[in-house]
Amino acid sequence: MRSASIAVRNLLRNRRRSVTTLLAMIVGALAVLLFGGFSQMVKNGLETGFVRNSGHLQIQHRGYYLFGSGNPAAYGIRNYAGIIERVKADPVLAPMLTVVTPILQMGGIAGNFAAERSKTVFATGYVVAEQNRLHEWNDYRFPTTPLRSALTDSSPDAAVIGLGVARILELCAPLNIPDCPLPQDTSEQGGARMPPDIAALTGSEPQTKAQEQTRIELLVATAQGLPNVGELHVLKADSLGIKELDDVYVAMHLANAQHLVFGREPHQATAIILQLQHTSQIAVARARLQQLLDREFGEDKLEIQDFGALNPMYGQTITFFNTIFTFIALLIGVIVLFTVGNTMGTAVVERTVEIGTLRAMGLRRSGVRNLFVLEGLILGVVGAVLGLAASIAAASLINHAGVYWTPPGRVDRIPLTLYVLGANALLAGCALGLISVATLSAWLPARRAARLNIVEALRHV
Amino acid sequence: MNPVVLTNVNKSYRLDAVRVPALRDISLEVRPDRFTVLCGPSGSGKTTLLNLMGCIDRPDSGAIVVADQPVATLSDDALSDFRARNFGFVFQNFNLIPVLTAFENIEYPLRLAGMATEQRQRRVREMLEAVGLADRADHLPGQLSGGQRQRVAVARALAPAPKLVLADEPTANLDSQTGAAIIALMRRMQREQHLSVVFSSHDPHVLAQADDAVFIQDGTITSIERRENRGGTQL
Repeated sequence: MRSASIAVRNLLRNRRRSVTTLLAMIVGALAVLLFGGFSQMVKNGLETGFVRNSGHLQIQHRGYYLFGSGNPAAYGIRNYAGIIERVKADPVLAPMLTVVTPILQMGGIAGNFAAERSKTVFATGYVVAEQNRLHEWNDYRFPTTPLRSALTDSSPDAAVIGLGVARILELCAPLNIPDCPLPQDTSEQGGARMPPDIAALTGSEPQTKAQEQTRIELLVATAQGLPNVGELHVLKADSLGIKELDDVYVAMHLANAQHLVFGREPHQATAIILQLQHTSQIAVARARLQQLLDREFGEDKLEIQDFGALNPMYGQTITFFNTIFTFIALLIGVIVLFTVGNTMGTAVVERTVEIGTLRAMGLRRSGVRNLFVLEGLILGVVGAVLGLAASIAAASLINHAGVYWTPPGRVDRIPLTLYVLGANALLAGCALGLISVATLSAWLPARRAARLNIVEALRHV
Repeated sequence: MNPVVLTNVNKSYRLDAVRVPALRDISLEVRPDRFTVLCGPSGSGKTTLLNLMGCIDRPDSGAIVVADQPVATLSDDALSDFRARNFGFVFQNFNLIPVLTAFENIEYPLRLAGMATEQRQRRVREMLEAVGLADRADHLPGQLSGGQRQRVAVARALAPAPKLVLADEPTANLDSQTGAAIIALMRRMQREQHLSVVFSSHDPHVLAQADDAVFIQDGTITSIERRENRGGTQL
């Protein structure tokens, strides 16, 4: 006949009330854990997407991040090949690295002479094989196949453009893009008529042959500040999930991009992407990389940008979800607080004579208080265990229901995967929260019970 | 050593803005090994006097000494421990703990008194035998009749061998036959175990059993009859 046994029997005394209280806790745990699991999925999804595109760390020329976007001539990294070689050979960094690859980004004007359309664009040159390896990063084991670049095994002049660029340059038909409207009249046309002087730079007349219909011209400024035009063969138009990006995106082979900007001069890159095995390694890798750059490449005036700085949307989204999660958790906490408090308060009223009897027999005030607090604690523990079990079961059901969705900022549909099982911090936090709130909410009625006047308690009807 | 001595005790209760006197200048010595009956009409102050004797209420003035220990200065915790060691209570409505079996109800005050497990369980079995409920040990109060419940309550009150057993009209909610049986049981156990029992009642059958009879009216003791000892220790 231990105190816990008495507490359990008292809880079973009014089964319906105890079950109702437990149900409130279970529903609360479900809400908190399923939303927590959903938030974790969004976080993991965003992180995976960003890490696949921009890596965990980037080495850039000092000032490029703030002032040099699209200006490779002023902010290029001359010795990028040497830096990559040194980074890959570093004994501290090497075990953490999955990919180290250069990219070149530049602004320009893309033109489709066949349709007499042009558009300012932001072009990226990358090493296709290494870009594909970047896309293989899957630390959270999303059940998806990594996307392969459309430039894989393509000719050196191949390019991939954004859906918006294709629409504006009137390349939808040649690229077989469905649901891609053409402008009805001139006033609705997104692209501008190509100026005659720029058209003259191409040295060619607008193409009319069907096989030439997917060719575009890209006008960029060379390292010397002169205009240069390259001809690109568009393989595909990709949607990047964000219209602003779709309207400016052009991707090509790194060598082709470098040739356009630097010609016969030594080629440069605007950034070196470092992708790590795990996001948690960023701090260590960054510190080591900074040490290496300071010691061996000080004259190159380089700086390091990390994953968070490169993708401010990631931090904003996480903050947004954390805020909602906190709000839901607080709301559930208050509901549980009042539900358990009400249950225990009613129990105190119902058991007033019993409290008086126990006190008359010699039970101290603390004994009475402990009895009711223990009942709240047991309610909390049972509610937490059942709530966690229900949440894990519900998450498992949802995860195996074959539901797919497209997260914000992505274009591919991924399985809806609620990260509940294995989210130990979330589970422990929820359980601890429920137990604490249940115990706390029992404390006030318990205190009231302990302070009852014995004579008045015995007289209670 | 007298189990309880009250000297010039006064007690009043507040009813809204009015103070209602419940006991006035009560002085009483409860003698050891006696079956003392507090007798008086409803509202005369019997229960208040029992509450003060049992240290579950404090007087406005006057002194209460229980087993040579003045209780006025004891803290609430000390008083709780003191009650657990010195008193047994039998209530009009039995006041058994509904989630505990008969065995566990009797065992509860022994736990509070800190008795060792083996000794405690032996004592509970003795008490169940003494009140004739050995076969009802595992029954919850809800599974017992009124008389059986009160017998469990008597066993619970007597189990720790308290210096004083206080019974507040324990037969009031029982039929006359069962009530008489409870009185007989308590009287027998009081004699066998040499207990001091204070019993409040206005039942003439109870009064007939008294060693000492204390008559109360309007919060004042009107008379005390010290009768021939019918089984207790001779003074």
